[in-house]
Amino acid sequence: MSILVRNVSKRFGDFVALDDVSLDAESGALTALLGPSGSGKSTLLRIIAGLETADEGAILLGGKDATAVAPQKRNVGFVFQHYAAFKHMTVRDNIAFGLKVRKRPKAEIAERVDELLNLVQLQNFGHRYPAQLSGGQRQRMGLARALAPEPQVLLLDEPFGALDARVRSELREWLRRLHDVVHVTTVFVTHDQDEAMEISDQIAVINHGRLEQAGSPRELYDNPASEFVMTFVGDAQPLGEALVRPHDIDLLTEPVDGAVEAMIVRVTLLGRDAKVELHDASGAELVVLMTRDRFDDAGYWRGQTVWALPQRERVFAETA
Amino acid sequence: MVMVGLPLAALMWEATSEGTQSFRDAVSSPEAVAALKLTLGASLAVAVLNAVLGTITAWVLVRDDFRGKTVVNAIIDLPFALPTIVAGLTLLALYGPTSPVGIDVAFSRTSIVLALMFVTLPFVVRTVQPVLQELDPELEEAAHSLGASTWTTFRRIVLPNILPGILSGVALAFAKAVGEFGSLVIITGNIPFETEVSSVHIYGRIESGDSAGAAAVAVVLLAISFATLVSIGVIRHFATRHDR
Amino acid sequence: MKRLLSRLGLRTLALAYLALILVGPLAVVFWRTFEDGFGPAWDALTTPETLNAFKLTLIITAIAVPVNTVFGIVCALAIVRRRFRGKGLLNAFIDLPLALSPVVVGLALFLLYGRDGWFGSWLDDRGIEVLFALPAMVIATIFVSLPFVAREVVPTLREIGDDQEQAARTLGASGWQTFWRITLPSIRWAVIYGVILTTARCLGEYGAVAVVSGRLQGETETATLRVQERYEAFDLAGAYAISIVLALIAILVLVAMTVIRPKEGTA
Repeated sequence: MSILVRNVSKRFGDFVALDDVSLDAESGALTALLGPSGSGKSTLLRIIAGLETADEGAILLGGKDATAVAPQKRNVGFVFQHYAAFKHMTVRDNIAFGLKVRKRPKAEIAERVDELLNLVQLQNFGHRYPAQLSGGQRQRMGLARALAPEPQVLLLDEPFGALDARVRSELREWLRRLHDVVHVTTVFVTHDQDEAMEISDQIAVINHGRLEQAGSPRELYDNPASEFVMTFVGDAQPLGEALVRPHDIDLLTEPVDGAVEAMIVRVTLLGRDAKVELHDASGAELVVLMTRDRFDDAGYWRGQTVWALPQRERVFAETA
Repeated sequence: MVMVGLPLAALMWEATSEGTQSFRDAVSSPEAVAALKLTLGASLAVAVLNAVLGTITAWVLVRDDFRGKTVVNAIIDLPFALPTIVAGLTLLALYGPTSPVGIDVAFSRTSIVLALMFVTLPFVVRTVQPVLQELDPELEEAAHSLGASTWTTFRRIVLPNILPGILSGVALAFAKAVGEFGSLVIITGNIPFETEVSSVHIYGRIESGDSAGAAAVAVVLLAISFATLVSIGVIRHFATRHDR
Repeated sequence: MKRLLSRLGLRTLALAYLALILVGPLAVVFWRTFEDGFGPAWDALTTPETLNAFKLTLIITAIAVPVNTVFGIVCALAIVRRRFRGKGLLNAFIDLPLALSPVVVGLALFLLYGRDGWFGSWLDDRGIEVLFALPAMVIATIFVSLPFVAREVVPTLREIGDDQEQAARTLGASGWQTFWRITLPSIRWAVIYGVILTTARCLGEYGAVAVVSGRLQGETETATLRVQERYEAFDLAGAYAISIVLALIAILVLVAMTVIRPKEGTA
């Protein structure tokens, strides 16, 4: 089921959380809402779920206007950052909750819960209480709970935000695989660009309540629409009037047109990559990344004067 | 809201129904003034006693460890659970004319303080205890390691942290003491100008059919209760300032 | 060494204080009551007037506790989960019965329901007895024990937050289903704790009931009023016997409070 966000605005007092945001999520796609904290991305997700109401604009689920529909009736699954586990219920009862309130037959509920416990690899934890689970297990339970009533849309609010780095990357891959199996339209909120790049079909970058750009990870990286997108998705640094990524700079030993003279102040070898740090005449810092092969061929040394030539530089009219 | 507001509105109405002059007369009658002075004096004394003894008790319950602490901790709430009239009777049994230890303070002003101490005992303990529990003992250890004596540590480190708790406990105890009735009826003898507190004075006026006079004095007590609640609100507001 | 001494000193001081104020007096009453065995105490308790007084106390408690439990939960939910005008006022009003003298409460109700009161003549015309009868005693008891459930539930509701309730809504639960299946189970220990405190307060209420009951022996006399009546009739044994029963209930309450308290917040 597709999700269409149409001109949604939301204020909390004087604070503008969302300003005229429109976004399309295709049926079956995995969309990431990416932005710094306080950018309004969680608010947008909560408005899609019906947990908040938009001041202006509309939400269409499967082509139907759902703006005024209560969250209970939207048939969305929602996964919370801090799990929102029902502490007084076992894992089984947590997962069964959405089915029980729909008064499904007992046998059907039991069957579906077993299926989901398998899917999220919690087969042996059904009779435990949330307090007896690790963070990662709790979040998998949260996912199973959200999926149990077979929602048309799955919404995840920083689902891995409260977990440590290793568990986070495990769950990230696992979510991608799960999405390939379940294939439900999914929107998840994250402030981690790697997470967004790694698993989503589409990324929507949000900053200060405005949608900066939406597109595939590749599109965003290769053709950022604004300075903010360029710096937030992947690394970028100023070089003269333009922005350029550290990989997109050639270091030459002879001056050429458009190249900036600079001195190498530090060289770091990062396994397969090499990082060269430079200072130009004005003292501005510049970082250049290159493969080890290229580095070894050229044999740069500290104190050497070189000319930095940007390959894919970008100039943005407005400065964010 | 209606449940609480309406009766109080009726009370105000009655107090002023015969004009402000009669209200002033009722409140400023010698007996009423004596009762109010006694009530406020005894309540203040009890509030101060509670501040000291309640804080010590809370400290012992949190930082000390001994056999039977759970039982002692449970007993603190006895005044909440025991009917006040029973409290008065039990105090009279130990500190009255038939005292097995020969102490008789019945029908004296000491008995008022005693009864009020009984009924207000839990307030300071129960407001200070959770704050002390939250207060990291490492703070005190750090102060000790920096060379501060036990007393200095208490005064400079512990006290500022628990002071809002003490104050709101003291305010609650004061409010309770000002309005206390049941535990005083039996033990104080209710002698006008001597041991008659305001609540007992109001009761006497109701019994003798002077409901306007009773209402007038009651409005004064009501005002004190309200002022105390407001000050507790203010204390809480300032106490949580640091956390925000 | 010095620290140990000051610790022991404080411990002794605190325990002596509790013994002199709380435990000692109660112990003496127990001793006096059973000085001559159980017989006299039993006889004092089983007089028709005393039995009736206990019955009346139980009836009042049985009405007041459920009313205040429902009221307390609704109030707590309103205070924590809703935003509305006059919320600050509700917050202040709900604590008022704690700070107010029971005699003042009794007088206020007396003035509202008395023959010359605002509702008095209307009720009188219809032959409804409120003052000096069960209804006024129930209302007085509800008034003084009003805040206990709400005061216990409010902090617990704040602590658990509304994440779980939101999750229930996205899973399709109606407001009613969310309350019964999620909210109520999460606050159950706070509710039970509040109910225990309310019960203790209802059983022990004296001042407000003393004013509105008229203290008619065998009719509007509760257990606490009976204690006072027996004492004034120079029947100390009778007053002690009733007190012992009330004290035993109080001790039960303390036990219940101790058992439940550690579970707060972990439910």
